Amino acid sequence: MHRLAAASHHRTGHGLTRPPFTLAGTLLGARLVIPLLPGVIVFGSAFGTAASQKGLTLWETLAFSAFVFAGASQMVALEIWTDVWTLAGLLTLVVVTTTVNARMILMGAAIQPWMAGMTRTQLAGTTFMMTDSNWLIGSRYRSEGGSDRAVLFGSGLALWVSWVAATAPGHLAGSLIENPEAFGLDLVMVMFFSAMIVPMWKGPRPAIPWIVAGATALVAQQLLGGYAFIVIGALAGALTGAFIDDDV
Amino acid sequence: MTMFEALLAPPYGGYVAILLMTAATYLCRASGVIFMSRVRIGPRLARALRALPGSIVVGTVLPVAAQSGAPAFIGVAAAVAVMATTRIEVLAMAAGLAGVAAARALGL
Repeated sequence: MHRLAAASHHRTGHGLTRPPFTLAGTLLGARLVIPLLPGVIVFGSAFGTAASQKGLTLWETLAFSAFVFAGASQMVALEIWTDVWTLAGLLTLVVVTTTVNARMILMGAAIQPWMAGMTRTQLAGTTFMMTDSNWLIGSRYRSEGGSDRAVLFGSGLALWVSWVAATAPGHLAGSLIENPEAFGLDLVMVMFFSAMIVPMWKGPRPAIPWIVAGATALVAQQLLGGYAFIVIGALAGALTGAFIDDDV
Repeated sequence: MTMFEALLAPPYGGYVAILLMTAATYLCRASGVIFMSRVRIGPRLARALRALPGSIVVGTVLPVAAQSGAPAFIGVAAAVAVMATTRIEVLAMAAGLAGVAAARALGL
């Protein structure tokens, strides 16, 4: 990882350095996604199955996974899916989608300083591919000194391909594994997030905001239910971080 | 049926819904990036941004694990322990999932 992190910067015509965005970085990103693939494939197929049960065609299901590319919100949307839409129904769909995916606003804000200097195309593509696990992969790679922005894009692309590809067999043949909960696969993201806390650990002082975030999120979940707890907890953590000195 | 009603019924209605969801999700993905590219990042905001990744991670893991009960916490502990000792993601994931599966098999 560090070998690639040291990749040289490209020089632009004006003598300014443009941060690297290389094929090697794309491939490294794809490789870092491998531990997550079993979970992505099982849940992609589970989404395909759930969508076919709701009466979505194969093409609708594939377009759903390819364009929306946000698993939790896709599953929740199926709960309110219908054959014939009304304006009120569509409005509800947009509000629910935005609530479930609002955490992406904060994820984008956190990683933006790293995206500065990307071309417009790189920025648009990388933003589209940003989802929980590759955002975390990119954040970790960056915190360890990596500079190749294509790691974020490559890990997102690998997740996107697996997610879309897994949707089809699920729609056509039913879920790949009958009872994913028995293998803990419903918690695959939670396990990945937990493991990633270890390399993020920089001592107890920078972890104070995390504890505030966790406690606030727990309370918000108890009081409000739904999905707002992630954003509420994360904002509380960031606010705490703003007011404490995080020097170790 | 008016043209508008036809647009919201099969075969188009599903695609209209998917299109709107796509727009809403991309707006979530892009708005944080666009907003931060327009503000000047002072030391206080920089500290908040540094605290954000860990806050999002813990703020997601803790409530979801609490909702899933003891097997989730056993899995989280196993994943963290293996990651701390080996620093190999695949092993940490395997340990976490095995922990959840074992705890559930035991009926916890």
